[in-house]
Amino acid sequence: MATAAVGLRAGAARFEANTATRDPVWVKGLVLFLGLAFFSLFLLLPLIAVFVEAFRRGWGVYIAALVEPDAVSAIKLTLLTAAIAVPLNLVFGIAVAWAITKFDFRGKQMLITFIDLPFSVSPVVAGLIYVLVFGAQGWFGPWLGEHGIKVIFAVPGIVLATVFVTFPFVARELIPLMQAQGRDEEEAALVLGASGWQMFRKVTLPNIKWALLYGVILCNARAMGEFGAVSVVSGHIRGLTNTMPLHVEILYNEYQFAAAFAVASLLATLALVTLAIKTYVEWKAAPSTPPAEAP
Amino acid sequence: MQSSIAGWRRRLAYGAVTFSFLFLMSIVVLAQATTILNVSYDVARELYKDINPAFIADWKAKTGETLTVNQSHGGSSKQALSVIAGLDADVITMNQPPDIDILVTRGGLVAADWRKRFPHNATPYTTTSVFLVRKGNPKGIKDWDDLAKPGYQVIVPNPKTSGNGRYTYLAAWGYAFDKTKSEQVAREFVTKLFANVPVLDGGGRGATTTFTQRDVGDALVTFENEAIAISAELGTDKFEIVYPSISIDASAPVALVEKVIAKKGTAKVAGAYLEFLFSPAGQEIIAKHAYRPRDATVLAKFANRFPPIKTFDVEETLGSWADVQKKHFADGGIYDQIILKK
Repeated sequence: MATAAVGLRAGAARFEANTATRDPVWVKGLVLFLGLAFFSLFLLLPLIAVFVEAFRRGWGVYIAALVEPDAVSAIKLTLLTAAIAVPLNLVFGIAVAWAITKFDFRGKQMLITFIDLPFSVSPVVAGLIYVLVFGAQGWFGPWLGEHGIKVIFAVPGIVLATVFVTFPFVARELIPLMQAQGRDEEEAALVLGASGWQMFRKVTLPNIKWALLYGVILCNARAMGEFGAVSVVSGHIRGLTNTMPLHVEILYNEYQFAAAFAVASLLATLALVTLAIKTYVEWKAAPSTPPAEAP
Repeated sequence: MQSSIAGWRRRLAYGAVTFSFLFLMSIVVLAQATTILNVSYDVARELYKDINPAFIADWKAKTGETLTVNQSHGGSSKQALSVIAGLDADVITMNQPPDIDILVTRGGLVAADWRKRFPHNATPYTTTSVFLVRKGNPKGIKDWDDLAKPGYQVIVPNPKTSGNGRYTYLAAWGYAFDKTKSEQVAREFVTKLFANVPVLDGGGRGATTTFTQRDVGDALVTFENEAIAISAELGTDKFEIVYPSISIDASAPVALVEKVIAKKGTAKVAGAYLEFLFSPAGQEIIAKHAYRPRDATVLAKFANRFPPIKTFDVEETLGSWADVQKKHFADGGIYDQIILKK
């Protein structure tokens, strides 16, 4: 995906240079207007509204909403969840992408399909799956209960649900890139006497690092923002199992609109920071990779 | 260069070890303090936010023990299902008995005779369904009859998903039945009333938002405590409360979750927590949140807040909750039939 931006720019320039493929000005204007109007109406306006609402009752209320113990615990839980789910998916993602692109085995197509499962399944269903498996009346529930292990309605359940929902991001970013790169360089490294770990560190990792980072960023954004799946397994215990998105909903339902939007604005800021890093990664990645239309 | 990388790695390793240690310690520390969890319905959150610190102080004064009381809120049936699925609730505080009865029948989490464990059938407070109308009552709404007249719009939460909505439906039914003693008339009456409902919100709070923020409807039928809270929150100059000639007794039941307190060893604290709700201090907090307290002295103190209203009891007038649930709200029940006709 990171290489696509460069290809797009080069493609557009070639498209413009040719009179046969150049669009009339009014078409360009209309498309541009539609795109921008849609963007401002559906994306920019709500984003501004969040910040306007958050500061409606002043800085004092805004800060108070963020340092309130329940909010602090929600922020901590969100960061903890992301801190566990993202590294796990980093490892899983590389492993799966590696297996798919470097090995041949039966059922490979099946595995690729299954990676997308979390995208196609509704998050609520994802949450319910864990309730059915780990709930008190579920498959492992009685055994877990006997041994005093809490999975759902506790932090492990929230992490599990988040890992499930964010699983495809890293793998999906890596697979096309690693497929395009093929196995030649790795094979060369092995022939030259590199150990498996050396090969991975010195050949594979430098090749995939930008795509990997991009996948991790998307994965992190979703891990912090996930609502549906986490809502089902959280149990909504204040100060214990509420993540930031759940805390926003609770505050809103309590008529604490300013506080709800304050926490929402923090979440939005995290998202904006993520986007900024993403853009930086794309920009950084662009010169080091050949234009996309080469193959 | 090499040595600096090695040093960096060593520091990273130390950092990781320290972090894991702190993390484990925090879990141990969390596990040591006695913690109880109150799983409750959606709109009781403000009440228990005030009850909990008061109880913690009370318990500290009596025993010297420091407690943590956690609370969880959501749609009442959803909350009950969460407890069945393993949410470790020490106590459950609901607004309708069926949501506690389900914990008796599924999983045996609550003792079958939970109603007898605490005074007043284990209900520390009661409320009732009243009308909220726009300032000056422009449509002159006085009683249930007015809500069923053609051309009136009434906002009610969905009886299928909300205890609040079920109480409204049953109150209207009870009003017509009380007048005529005829089920046929009662049925026709609720049919007409629900034909006047333009939006069925999922819960009490949703209905409040529809009426107050979106300005839909001539009257909102909701709990008295919610109506008083709206006036307090959004200004008495915008809405006023109308008390009908008769309404329903909406007592809020509480129960201990026996299985959980046996496992966690919190029977004493959890029992004291629920008893605190019936104590004068607890009753005072309850009254402040516009629920009608059971304690006569506290009720007298807040008498100007709670005008007398004639109420009827569901189980005395319409039969047991299990039967009411089956007859009116089960799939294909009377409620489904009248909604389909509409």
